[in-house]
Amino acid sequence: MSQLLLRRLLLIVPGVLGITALTFFLIRLAPGDPILLLAGERGVSAERYAELQHQFGFDQPLFIQFTDYLWQVLNGDLGTSVVTQTPVLEEFGKLFPATLELAVIAMIIATLIAIPAGVLAAVKRNTLIDHCVTAISLVGYSMPIFWWALLLILLFSVNLGWMPVAGRLNFIYDIQSVTGFMLIDTLLAGDQDAFLDALHHLVLPAIVLATIPLAVITRMTRSSMLEVLKQDYIRTARAKGLSEYSVIFKHALRNALIPVITVIGLQISILMTGAILTETIFSWPGIGKWILEAVYRRDYPVVQGGVLLMAGLVILVNTTVDLLYVVINPALRKQK
Amino acid sequence: MRLKVYPIAAVFLILIAANLQPAVASTLVYCSEGSPETFNPQLSASGTTFDASSRQIYNRLVEFKLGTTEIVPGLALRWDISEDGLEYTFYLRKKVSFHSTKYFTPSRDFNADDVLYSFNRQRNTSAPWYKVSGGVYKYFNDMGFNKLIRDVIKLDDYRIKIVLNKPDSPFLSNMAMDFASILSKEYADSVMKAGRPEQLDIKPVGTGPFMFVKYEKDAFIRYRAHPGYWRGREKLDKLVFAITVDPSVRYARLRTGECQVMAYPLPTDIKSMKKNPAIKVAEQPGLNTAYWAFNVRKAPFDQARVRQAMNYAINRQAILDVIYQGTGKIADSVIPPTIWSWKALDNVYVYNPDRAKKLLAEAGFAGGFDTNIWAMPVQRPYNPNARKMAELIQQDLSKIGIKANIVTYEWGTYLKKSREGEHQTILLGWTGDNGDPDNFFSPLLSCAAAETGNNRSFWCNKEFDDLISLARVEQEQGKRKKLYRRAEVIFKQEAPWMTIAHSVRYQAYLKSVQGLKMDPFGGIYFSGVSLK
Repeated sequence: MSQLLLRRLLLIVPGVLGITALTFFLIRLAPGDPILLLAGERGVSAERYAELQHQFGFDQPLFIQFTDYLWQVLNGDLGTSVVTQTPVLEEFGKLFPATLELAVIAMIIATLIAIPAGVLAAVKRNTLIDHCVTAISLVGYSMPIFWWALLLILLFSVNLGWMPVAGRLNFIYDIQSVTGFMLIDTLLAGDQDAFLDALHHLVLPAIVLATIPLAVITRMTRSSMLEVLKQDYIRTARAKGLSEYSVIFKHALRNALIPVITVIGLQISILMTGAILTETIFSWPGIGKWILEAVYRRDYPVVQGGVLLMAGLVILVNTTVDLLYVVINPALRKQK
Repeated sequence: MRLKVYPIAAVFLILIAANLQPAVASTLVYCSEGSPETFNPQLSASGTTFDASSRQIYNRLVEFKLGTTEIVPGLALRWDISEDGLEYTFYLRKKVSFHSTKYFTPSRDFNADDVLYSFNRQRNTSAPWYKVSGGVYKYFNDMGFNKLIRDVIKLDDYRIKIVLNKPDSPFLSNMAMDFASILSKEYADSVMKAGRPEQLDIKPVGTGPFMFVKYEKDAFIRYRAHPGYWRGREKLDKLVFAITVDPSVRYARLRTGECQVMAYPLPTDIKSMKKNPAIKVAEQPGLNTAYWAFNVRKAPFDQARVRQAMNYAINRQAILDVIYQGTGKIADSVIPPTIWSWKALDNVYVYNPDRAKKLLAEAGFAGGFDTNIWAMPVQRPYNPNARKMAELIQQDLSKIGIKANIVTYEWGTYLKKSREGEHQTILLGWTGDNGDPDNFFSPLLSCAAAETGNNRSFWCNKEFDDLISLARVEQEQGKRKKLYRRAEVIFKQEAPWMTIAHSVRYQAYLKSVQGLKMDPFGGIYFSGVSLK
């Protein structure tokens, strides 16, 4: 087990290094010079251009810039945003809790609905219920997120007035940011109304963000359950005269969950990085929007640092899932 | 008997308490379009940053009268200009207080030291302050202040003299621009002493109508009314910028009342907004011009007749209908109508393909020719869709026998290559900075600009150039106006461009918002605004 852990952890190093190099060179390969973009129609004189290049360190050979950057990263410094002049790590630290909070809530919604729905569809295979679940999850999976979010806003916020349109909290509440997680901060402040308001603000974006994982997990649970239900040990369990409840939830589901957990793990990484649209629409101050904007502005340090941190996180989640897999599946544990 | 007194007393007490209770704090929420880059306007060139900083937090020595391009006193009560136009003496306002915030308590009022500091930070390249927060003072350099200003001298606590290297009549207008905002020297000293100079640019202290309270990136900015504001305390108690990137979502928030004012409505939403009884839509031509420039260094555009033919060949009304969808106004002049020197021209080009053909024949191109049209890859305030616009122009040109192919590059590359003159014809535009006509003529059409390439037609006409140079040093507005009129006549005749349109800017807000004025520079000011 510890050997496996060590091996998995060692694998992270080349992964992170590769991502760093890839981001560093790709963003520079993309057409678009940050200084020219900054200057716009007004332009910039040749001498001023040279001066700015020097200031940003772009006048160095690319390879030198890269090794400098690597050294900087190894020392825990991800650089400073060209646009805001704020350290990348500091900006990340401020925005990340918002992304994480939304992703966690979305994941809870997705799993709480998807697993029972998948089980139900598998147990009631080829009935109307099964067809409905399959159809809805197919629709959910192919839903254009942007459109879906606007639709929900128009229906629940503008027309019915049940939900706030965007943001994390009503502006009548002024909550001190301690952890960056609005639900926790409002509780720390002891303001129950603000907590409920924060929860209220989470509903629509969480539903939108949960849509695709919900569909994926439902389908995965259904097919995995179907697979397991065909197994001999299920027949044995039934033959023993166990109740149907016990057969499904104790014998079938536990085994069916193994591939589902892998999928959930993958979905978490997708949620973190794929929140760009959801964050943009709901004015959610998170990581996705931050990196996207940096790409538009060719804010190299932010793109590099942001992608590096997100990649590190994804690798971490995947590693954890892999290890979890071993914990759940005794067969695997013995093999290794 | 005593028992009966209690209810009456209670009622009285409640009434008194109700009267004593202060009026409910009035808070205005503005759905803004993005996060500011910084809270120091010296460091930025972005309207979003100015809206969040200079326009609410700071003042300038001279300012634009709200809603106009007219110069009025700001932190300077008045000013003298020497005979030769080289020395400007500003007499400063007394008893102007800086914001007293959680992170800074001023011990003195505004004085000449603050002015000196604000300009010297951007001027003294060797001073320690220069490099703080990246040290890119974009506008200060772009407006030529680094070369124009010889010295800034403190005469006494309330008099400051700025000496120029050459006379320059747009100077005062430039002094009203955001980058010329006045920061507190005392605050700068205190954060420098504490070893955190960047704090000056992140947690601002100014003299303006609102003071900074809190900013959370990509989420919101909170302000509070400056109780000691020298123009008088604002009616709004609190101001919130709710950062909302998507325009459809901003509109949804306006409709549900989550915000009372929204930035940049979508042109396609204007119709539905106007129908909504709770919403008011204000409009004004923007301080911009979209143009189509002909590279006179390349045949056949070296001939004025060919360039005139182009002006007759294109149906601009069709462009306005299709591309701007009613959010534009045909441009006949280089400058937009919000600039003081603007006046409708007598002779303007009207769509006339026959006339175009005739002119082409006279120039020796009866059979037409092949050329290219460069179209911008991005949406700009003055041009919503350059690519589609190029297609319309292409169609019109084919009617007079000209075959044009459309060329486009990534935005930075596009600007660079066109500055080097690779194009034959190009679509581009300009957004004004200071409301002075020179801000359009000199950077875009002067011979000097043909050298740097900002003059995309590379047209250099001695007579025209002399006129705009004269107008730049002339102090009297009436005389300047006449000089620009004469320059415009030459411009029309020589036709280095086809002027296309000035886009119209919209502002949408709830009817409960009172006193919000449209800013011709495209910004937003909440001074003087109240809620009904």
